[in-house]
Amino acid sequence: MAVMTYREALNLALREEMRRDPRVFVMGEEVGLYEGAYRVTQGLLKEFGEKRVVDTPICESGFTGVGVGAAMLGLRPVLEMMTFNFAILALDQIVNTAAKMLYMSGGQYNIPLVVRGPGGPAAQLAAQHSQSMETYFYHVPGLKVVRPSTPADAKGLLKSAIRDENPVIFIESETLYAVKGEVPDDPDFTIPLGQAIVRREGTDVTVVAYMGMMYRAMEVAEELAREGMSVEIVDPRTLRPMDTQTIVSSVRKTHRAVVIEAGAGFAGMGSEILSFITEQAFDDLDAPVERVTGENAPMPYARNLELLKTPSKAKIAAAIRKVCNA
Amino acid sequence: MGELTQDQFVGFYRTMRTIRRFEQRVVELVNRNDIPGAAHEYVGEEAVATGVCHALRPDDVITSTHRGHGHILAKGGDPRRMMAELMGKSTGYNRGRGGSMHIADLELGIFGANGIVGAGAPIACGAAMAAKLKGRDGVAVSFFGDGATNQGVLLEALNLAAIWKLPVVFVCENNGYAISASIREMSPLQRLADRAPAFGMPGDSVDGMDVLAVHEGASRVVARARAGGGPSFLECLTYRFVGHFTAEKALGIKYRSDEEIEEWRQRDPLVTYPAWLRERGICDPARVDAEVEAVLEEAVAFARQSPLPAPEEALDGMYATTYPGLPARGW
Repeated sequence: MAVMTYREALNLALREEMRRDPRVFVMGEEVGLYEGAYRVTQGLLKEFGEKRVVDTPICESGFTGVGVGAAMLGLRPVLEMMTFNFAILALDQIVNTAAKMLYMSGGQYNIPLVVRGPGGPAAQLAAQHSQSMETYFYHVPGLKVVRPSTPADAKGLLKSAIRDENPVIFIESETLYAVKGEVPDDPDFTIPLGQAIVRREGTDVTVVAYMGMMYRAMEVAEELAREGMSVEIVDPRTLRPMDTQTIVSSVRKTHRAVVIEAGAGFAGMGSEILSFITEQAFDDLDAPVERVTGENAPMPYARNLELLKTPSKAKIAAAIRKVCNA
Repeated sequence: MGELTQDQFVGFYRTMRTIRRFEQRVVELVNRNDIPGAAHEYVGEEAVATGVCHALRPDDVITSTHRGHGHILAKGGDPRRMMAELMGKSTGYNRGRGGSMHIADLELGIFGANGIVGAGAPIACGAAMAAKLKGRDGVAVSFFGDGATNQGVLLEALNLAAIWKLPVVFVCENNGYAISASIREMSPLQRLADRAPAFGMPGDSVDGMDVLAVHEGASRVVARARAGGGPSFLECLTYRFVGHFTAEKALGIKYRSDEEIEEWRQRDPLVTYPAWLRERGICDPARVDAEVEAVLEEAVAFARQSPLPAPEEALDGMYATTYPGLPARGW
């Protein structure tokens, strides 16, 4: 095990997969010479050359289409969205072609494509650069959607995404790039897509959270432990396919659940998680499931307003207390 | 031109005749509700797909459009599997999952017809890029209409192909209209090929009603791409003799004058070209016609007799691999 940052873990995953498979190549804006706007592709141009680390003009739709075509001819492109917000410009290629091609062609063409980059609430970047982008993708049959919270997950899940035969949406976070953690050294270390993980064991309540919200929930759980409350935290890691089993098993154990999401709550991931918990574990619940979500508003710029947009520790704690005291 | 063989001359006609009669059969079948959904016929534009695809090798790639039957047939597509797909049958190219606008054939390098205007252009660039990275000398052709030339993603693709010198040929089928929108009102240019130099690539404009002119123009730019000379833009001036889609006739909307339609009909390649073949004593077109009828008759019969897709297989093929033990929900 080596201790490294989330950013370094992603970089290592790319490096290892590019060494392992000559069909893997990286393409996007500023990925080569500039080594990535967030330095995730640092050193790749030097090691692999410009045929496999391809700088593109600013044209998300265009280069995503190129990725789709290259995947159809047998390569395995890893596309970088400088921030995932820009992926909206490539939505047609991702949703209408990458996601649907296998099914729509009657099984002829699969698209082994990874689209990765940072998304979610960032730090005072305002509404166009700070939003929970997974929402736009997890609804689409044919896509897989990953949100890795830790350096080890970042590495293990990105390697699985690159080895996957399907289009995978892999959304990192600007606010997590500098987070450090232990990461297995084994170049064959991978984490299967579609496996949740219990981050913290507890007996009183199950909290489902990922990315920044998972870290916030962990802090709240430590504080509540001092009051004698035992909080279990489950991180889905992959949003599609969702590992409902791990989440439902946890709820069956604790009989209470709180679902947290950073994005706007209306028709959000929290609604989906709450719905399968209710469908599958209704009789096990001792209290209605609580959702703590971001406000249904664009992300404001001012620091004080920005803090109001995403679920605060106080709101998370209040929801946990509410279900535990019900 | 002198290099073309008798077989090639006859081959051009066979392809054009197959497309024309295929589309006419489609209209009949749509009108009898044997083909559901929307079909966009290629009637009038046959010389374009034929001239271009006959300049390609089997391993070259094409991306097609919503008006794609002609491209698929010209690239060697099987009329039986096409007709079955149009009828939504399990024996169709896409096992009944795609229909008219999405026919694809991995073996023939048909990277899919695409129902989104302009969306095939970057995909052709990707195929060309992959061929180049793999050290192959394959070429990719992107077919699109005049309407697509105002679509952002097409312009992005033109630039990408130009900066990376990709072996791509952008074939603009300028039939004058995006549904009812005349290109004369949607672009200030007289020649759409004039956009090409702005992207740093040659742009040529050919008579899309003349299969020999299209083939000559296409052969030149395909050879250029294959030799590493980079992308080209080939505008083919053509016309569709029918509506934007089958049922348009019933709508009674008129956006083209009878005189204009008649003028273009005078240049129908399915009239002028067989006349030329006869004059030159190259072949008797009637014999080809009979062969084509037999092929299409069999295609329709095959499609009719084929079963619908099995409902229990409706969710198959959503993902290329499955993870045993994962619950179905969430997929």
